[in-house]
Amino acid sequence: MEKLEYNLCAHPFFAGLDNSFATLAVSCAQDAHFGAGEFIFHEGEAADHFYLVREGRVALQIAAPGRGPATFLTVGPGEVFGVNWLASPYRWSYDARAIAPTLAVALNAACLRQKCESDPALGYALTKRVLPVLIERLHACRVQLLDLYGARS
Amino acid sequence: MSLKPTAIDARSGAPADVPKLCYVRKRRHDAPDAWTLEIEFAESVPFSYTPGQFNMLTAFGVGESAISISGPPGQGRLIHTIRDVGPVSHALTRLAPNDPVGVRGPFGVGWPMATAEGQDVVIVAGGLGLAPLRPAIYHILSRREHFGDVWLLYGARRPEDILYRSEIEEWRKKGHIDVNITVDHAGMDWPGHVGVVTGLLSHVNMDVSRTIAMLCGPEVMMRFVAASLTEKGLGVGRIFLSMERNMKCAIGHCGHCQLGPAFICRDGPVFTFERMGPLMSVKEL
Amino acid sequence: MNADKRVITDEQLQKLIDVLIGAGRRVLGPVRGDGVVVYEDIQSVNDFPVGLTDEQTPGGYRLVEAADQSYFGFSVGPHVWKKFLHPSQIELWRARREGENLIIEASGGNNETYAFIGVRACELAAISKQDRVLTGGDYVDTHYQTRRENTLLIAVNCGKAGGCCFCASMGTGPEVRGPFDLALTELSPADEHLFVVEAGSPAGQELLLEIGSRPATEHEIETAKSIVERTALTMGRSMPPDVDVPRLLADNLLHPRWQEVAERCLSCANCTLVCPTCFCTTVEDISDLAGESFARERRWDSCFTMDFSYLHGGGVRNTVASRYRQWMTHKLSTWIEQFGSSGCVGCGRCITWCPVGIDITQEVQAIAGAQTG
Repeated sequence: MEKLEYNLCAHPFFAGLDNSFATLAVSCAQDAHFGAGEFIFHEGEAADHFYLVREGRVALQIAAPGRGPATFLTVGPGEVFGVNWLASPYRWSYDARAIAPTLAVALNAACLRQKCESDPALGYALTKRVLPVLIERLHACRVQLLDLYGARS
Repeated sequence: MSLKPTAIDARSGAPADVPKLCYVRKRRHDAPDAWTLEIEFAESVPFSYTPGQFNMLTAFGVGESAISISGPPGQGRLIHTIRDVGPVSHALTRLAPNDPVGVRGPFGVGWPMATAEGQDVVIVAGGLGLAPLRPAIYHILSRREHFGDVWLLYGARRPEDILYRSEIEEWRKKGHIDVNITVDHAGMDWPGHVGVVTGLLSHVNMDVSRTIAMLCGPEVMMRFVAASLTEKGLGVGRIFLSMERNMKCAIGHCGHCQLGPAFICRDGPVFTFERMGPLMSVKEL
Repeated sequence: MNADKRVITDEQLQKLIDVLIGAGRRVLGPVRGDGVVVYEDIQSVNDFPVGLTDEQTPGGYRLVEAADQSYFGFSVGPHVWKKFLHPSQIELWRARREGENLIIEASGGNNETYAFIGVRACELAAISKQDRVLTGGDYVDTHYQTRRENTLLIAVNCGKAGGCCFCASMGTGPEVRGPFDLALTELSPADEHLFVVEAGSPAGQELLLEIGSRPATEHEIETAKSIVERTALTMGRSMPPDVDVPRLLADNLLHPRWQEVAERCLSCANCTLVCPTCFCTTVEDISDLAGESFARERRWDSCFTMDFSYLHGGGVRNTVASRYRQWMTHKLSTWIEQFGSSGCVGCGRCITWCPVGIDITQEVQAIAGAQTG
């Protein structure tokens, strides 16, 4: 448990989080490891965890018939994925697959949601950490959509 | 009536508007839409350049285009990686060994290689933007002990668009350059990063008091990277970027490449973000 | 004090033309063209638009009878001397295949000598500005330089300000300054048609010796001075005083006025063609059908064209507003950082020859007004 707490608190996502909040979050956490090529979750399934990556690399993908899976983002050490845990309907909107041996901290989504509901201060603190990630990824998506390196027609 | 060049370099007296005859010696397909030409002067002439400068290449009968020199220096041949994006660059990329090609140059102000000595260097390339940075990388490799930590962050469209793949491995292994590559789109076979190049900045442990950044890529990308770097505390005068505008004469006479008061061909193409930032932020300037 | 001011007659002016032609020079000066005064080859003082003057308004130009038989009783027309010094089209080089080889040859170099007669103060200032742009840096336009060195400039002080003139407010006129060989002031033609003349170079002094002249009287000198003073006071327009125009424009790149003027601007490029300082050019490569010979031609270009800022896939300045802003800010603002002075000489041609009568002084006023108000 101590090691888990360390892994959680050492992660940039939780950097500077109030100790009491960290303790609450640790009660929902467990270590997770995935082999290279292993699916972590699939699109459409219940979003039951929120992941903090410690080592390795995870590809977030959407598959299209005839085109195969397309990776739109990779997530590495110090980064997070699985933010669907925070918003209804709590379902994955893409696949997550480890493309290298990956160590993560997995936070149980139901547990975390329940803690946030009962302690809005914790909920707000976590929301403030999730939002910048979302905003940055939204911006990155926009830039990718511009297809900057592609030929202009 | 004696025939003379219409423009000369007043410092050397050399013609500035008449291309020198060269021949393509090698052509390599580097990416789906990019080819690298090795070019040799028909008559051996002294030619020296600094990393970041460019030449004007003529495809005879088609036209002329500004193409950055993509090194490495000191080979006796000119290396140009050219992307097929218009009639002239299309003609250039179709040149076969022993085809004639015209060369004017080198022109412009390149990367601040002397300033960067004794500093850590963050090199950020997007797409074909790696080509003008390649001579800078080789310059660093040739004097590696004079530079601190060196990072190369490189964003490409897809894995198959990554330029100089085998060389990049060498840079990483032998040159002690911390290379991180990301692509915008990838399939299952790509084990690397997917995402925008700004995302790679988290891999750089930057001491802003002793770092120089060199950026080359689409202007939008450079804008966002420069913004991220300044957010991390790097001074706007420590961020250098290579700009692109329509260049016709390359000597500051034709007026096409102006961006505010700057002639990109003559005053650049490499500028500080301190100078370019305010100009880049005005649309259609 | 005015020992260098002398007087010549119309006959001596004719002799000047004869001497210049005799020396093998092309003598170019104002002549009556198709309803306008243009600059062309002249042989005689009778080629000047004698007895004509002009009425200029934004978007308007009319030649009308003058009250007297002056040679230079009009202000500047649509032609600019750059058409001789910095021609609208020249070939830069040609190349041809000879067997396996390709031979590239420069096409420049010309030995023609010229004399321009009737160069106005604003035009002299414009020539100085083009000197700076094309020959003052690390790279020299030798075509321009050679023509400049081979050209005598015979200037004329303006006896009449045009309706769109504003040289007085730009500090470039109406009194000629700068690199002239001779400067004339036409005294009102009465019994005798006289010109007060001043040499500005050894070549000018030699010419005066050759054609003969007499010292100007105090009265003639005073008259000549008052003519220029009157012209300065009757300028049709002025650049707003007490406004730091370069700074004003640099600080107002996003001003709504650019959009407003763009609604009128046709992006026709007339202003750049008639501007005596606009220097932009483009190149075009040509080849024969067999692909055996090639050439590159250079011609005037304009920042008002869509292609001007073309960058693989599209132009940088797609809107008229951005192109008008580029032209005006370059002329009045960024030119100073680039070349050390304003790119505008106040000749007013861009106002007169604008088909919709956009007035550069008014545009500055509009931005300045909104600034302070």
